[in-house]
Amino acid sequence: MKKTGIAIAIMGLGFGLMSQGVSAADTVVKLGHVGPLTGSISHLGKDNENGALLAIEEYNAKGVTIGGKKIKFEIMGEDDQADPRAGTTVAQRLVDAEVVGVVGHLNSGTTIPASRIYHQAGIPMISPSATNPKLTQQNYAGVFRTIANDVQQGGAIGKFATGTLGAKNIAIIDDRTAYGQGLADEVEKSAKATGGKIVAREFTNDKATDFMAILTKIKAQNPDVIFFGGMDAQGGPMLRQLKQLGINAKFITGDGACSGEMLKLAGDALSGNAYCTQAGLPLDKMPGGKDFKERYKKRFNLDVQIYAPYAYDAAAAMIEAMKVADSTVPAKYLPALKAINFQGVTGNVSFDAKGDIKEGAITVYQYKDGGWNPVP
Amino acid sequence: METLLQQIVNGLVVGSVYALVALGYTMVYGILGLINFAHGEVVMIGALTALQTLLILMGVAPEMAPLLKLAIAVLVAMPVCMLLGFLMERLAYRRLRGAPRLAPLITAIGMSFLLQTLAMIIWGRNYHTFPQLISTAPMQPIPGVFVTPVQVAIVIVSALVMAGLILLVTKTRLGRAMRATAENHRVAALMGVDTNAIIALTFVIGAGLAAVAGVMFASNYGIAHYAMGFMPGLKAFTAAVLGGIGNLGGAMLGGIVLGLVEAIGAGYIETMTFGFLNSSYQDIFAFVILGIVLIFRPTGLLGERVSDRA
Repeated sequence: MKKTGIAIAIMGLGFGLMSQGVSAADTVVKLGHVGPLTGSISHLGKDNENGALLAIEEYNAKGVTIGGKKIKFEIMGEDDQADPRAGTTVAQRLVDAEVVGVVGHLNSGTTIPASRIYHQAGIPMISPSATNPKLTQQNYAGVFRTIANDVQQGGAIGKFATGTLGAKNIAIIDDRTAYGQGLADEVEKSAKATGGKIVAREFTNDKATDFMAILTKIKAQNPDVIFFGGMDAQGGPMLRQLKQLGINAKFITGDGACSGEMLKLAGDALSGNAYCTQAGLPLDKMPGGKDFKERYKKRFNLDVQIYAPYAYDAAAAMIEAMKVADSTVPAKYLPALKAINFQGVTGNVSFDAKGDIKEGAITVYQYKDGGWNPVP
Repeated sequence: METLLQQIVNGLVVGSVYALVALGYTMVYGILGLINFAHGEVVMIGALTALQTLLILMGVAPEMAPLLKLAIAVLVAMPVCMLLGFLMERLAYRRLRGAPRLAPLITAIGMSFLLQTLAMIIWGRNYHTFPQLISTAPMQPIPGVFVTPVQVAIVIVSALVMAGLILLVTKTRLGRAMRATAENHRVAALMGVDTNAIIALTFVIGAGLAAVAGVMFASNYGIAHYAMGFMPGLKAFTAAVLGGIGNLGGAMLGGIVLGLVEAIGAGYIETMTFGFLNSSYQDIFAFVILGIVLIFRPTGLLGERVSDRA
């Protein structure tokens, strides 16, 4: 372990000399970030990476001293293409590069297989966006997430549909990813438990753009509510096609399609019939949300998509834990990470025994006046 | 009943786009025996070029009639794609004409990655909203069956374009030269056909059709994206094989059949298998049909007229 520490220090020295304006005495510590940087949801992957990057840049600017040395954090960003196989390959690459922690991955489908690789290498990982319950049910000590999981989210959606919206007949579509399917299963459970009837359960995939066939089939069942478990790239066109088929049912989708991008993609097909849910609080209602929005915009000249604040808090949690433990060695700062408790952008960051965020809230939004507005 | 009719409408619309893209695959295969996997990316470049043109037009002349704007966008996208098709053939495939079959195939796959990455650099990773200039407000020609003007336009435009292509290939001197080249390069060259020019022209025509398909696809779904060409490309390739690759009529038939099979498969697979299979198997359904067709007709639905391919 000591040897690797020295190796990192020497490598850091090399990087430090190469990079601009950093004094040679700084020790470089690498954190990994993984998300899809190519493919249909690469905008969300980049959003996460930017969130993590903003966190380490701010810590670097403030100056962090650990073990008596001034630390410069760097992000090693990898692309998992939202593909489980690519996910494990890049996970191994990060392990080989001896990163001390990983923020990621974005999708549940890539995070779950990758978590095993990080677990075996003893590297802590925090996903800012993987909400499938299975991730933290594997009992891996170093696996955390800064977002509420789908048991909580799906439960809330099911109750909202049957309770607040008074729906009797519910149709469910998912995109067959670990995220979409997992969330849809939880919605189904919760809707059934609260008196709803599932009249159709249909499937698509995360690369599709045409949903006319399954929507036509759903239309024949005449549901009050249609739930879609998937991402905005599919959710937007799906909403347009609902309108084209003259379907007037209410449409609910989860956090993956609760984005600004969704508003653009669905365009004039949006109405007060469109709802989405988001783990945690709205960006503007997060304790540090308003300020984060401005800092993010200033640094990247982009709007926050969805999960950037969670990626920011994930990176921050690791650095805070390293400060508490006064060590950047994974095995040494992991206990501090388990017990971490600090005020992040998204709220209070602390984890339960399984690694799930404590007090993970769910907010339901409704489309109104050109944006997603929290349902009171 | 309405549901079945609606599924047929859905299938026809998707199938028309598949057919138009499949023509590009089948023409190139007919002449060179090459599967141009980059053809799906040409569809994408067509859609994104049209989008770029529309955005510029909306800035310069916001009060121009929407249909005129769309027409201009198509007229810009087509030459851009045609040039792209020409360059692809000239720079990448011509050099490999005598090479073993695998070399051009791998080159085509490489070309597909290259174009996708290039488009990602130019247009970014985000999804773009494609302005829906043809109305998407649903009409009900038969009560309960919803059809949008853009869907009607797609079916009509592809029918016209395909009819034009058939006329070109069967009735003109140029078409005869194409058929001759497809049959045998060397003999055609001996008869005075400039085979290099004909092959280049085949790529150019295929790319022009792909541009039209790209604009139709984007107008229908209201989105454009650098990775949007991959799935339609793959499906259109399947359609071309289903119809009998190398055969023009086959590509059209294959496209329509694939579209219908997908829509009806997704709609009825659960009922047909008594709940054993559900719509997550809709793609498999299409490939099962492909498999069955290829078992009984290894050259595809219309594949027997090998000598007539163009």
